[in-house]
Amino acid sequence: MIVAERKPFGEIYAMFRRQESILVVGCGGCVTVSMTGGERAVATLAEQIQLKDRMLGRKRKIIQRTIQRQCDAEYVREIAQEASGVGAVLSMACGVGVNYMTEILGGPLVLPAMNTLFMGANIRQGEWAECCAGCGNCTLDKTGGICPVARCSKSFMNGPCGGTRDGKCEVNPQTDCAWVLIVKRMEQLGRLEELLEVVPPRNWSTARDGGPRRMTLPDALLETKPERGR
Amino acid sequence: MSQTQKAPQEAAIAGDFVPKIVAFCCHYCAYTAADLAGASRIAYPPNVRIVRLPCSGKADVALILKAFVDGADGVYVAGCLDGDCHFISGNIHAKRRVAEAKRRLAEVGVEPERLEMFQLSAAMGARFAEIVGEMSARLRQLGPCMAGNPDSHKEGPR
Repeated sequence: MIVAERKPFGEIYAMFRRQESILVVGCGGCVTVSMTGGERAVATLAEQIQLKDRMLGRKRKIIQRTIQRQCDAEYVREIAQEASGVGAVLSMACGVGVNYMTEILGGPLVLPAMNTLFMGANIRQGEWAECCAGCGNCTLDKTGGICPVARCSKSFMNGPCGGTRDGKCEVNPQTDCAWVLIVKRMEQLGRLEELLEVVPPRNWSTARDGGPRRMTLPDALLETKPERGR
Repeated sequence: MSQTQKAPQEAAIAGDFVPKIVAFCCHYCAYTAADLAGASRIAYPPNVRIVRLPCSGKADVALILKAFVDGADGVYVAGCLDGDCHFISGNIHAKRRVAEAKRRLAEVGVEPERLEMFQLSAAMGARFAEIVGEMSARLRQLGPCMAGNPDSHKEGPR
């Protein structure tokens, strides 16, 4: 899932200082599962804003809503009317939510309450770890299901580097060296010799280096034009 | 605010500030302890508003913050002793949530000391009274929660 964490309160509060009404919008997708942007997180942030407002003697209308997903137009449209009546919409989703609500809602100012971190797995309750970098060219078949792009600090394709120590990474000793994990896994699979093959430099044009990406499924298209003239 | 009523900060300076305390009490321990304190004729400060919860684990961060928004000067969550929770681990969750709520209060600029977690059993009526006294004394020291806002102690909907 996409993992995002809430921005510090002071940073969020400064964004809508002059607005007399705000709509705090949660997302029922990834950020609800990662416990930072769902209904409960919306309630906590809204109460914090109200508390700060009361302390400063300010009056502000705060509406709370949590929609199914902020990355789908049909759910975003559910709040269109309410959003048009407020000074700002505060999104508690990943950056996709902020971008797409800006696009679909059109008029209202949409502000980010979150910092989007990574795509990761829930390794234990309350902790998430990055597992995929969305590079658009998956080679996990060659590395025993452990991603060198996302899990090696240097994204080495022919690792490990000289900075590996006792199975940990020199960049952050808390991080497992992805290449140690890959070697161990390939050994377990009896496919260690496959790592002797030198992997040529990657084609990064499928990743962010190729500019913003898009995927189209021709058989799934219902309309000839995408939402809002994209 | 009427002419005869003092503003909260003036009242605090005059030493007659009575803090509003909201106590989120677990039905199985603290709430029953409060009952026992009453039945045992143990006096405790009357400035506490008790909210009965099915378990202290029901008190989430937003609920605690809401009490402050609605005008509380202090809040405490009272749950069972470790190992005694009727729902196994509700009191453990409550402790974590109180710690989180303290961080959230500090972010806003409210002293985290205004919030506390207490653990007691249903037989501890005297301890319940003691806790109310402890919190009252602490909040008298701290003064009104919203000293900067003279309207904050007015009754009525927010």
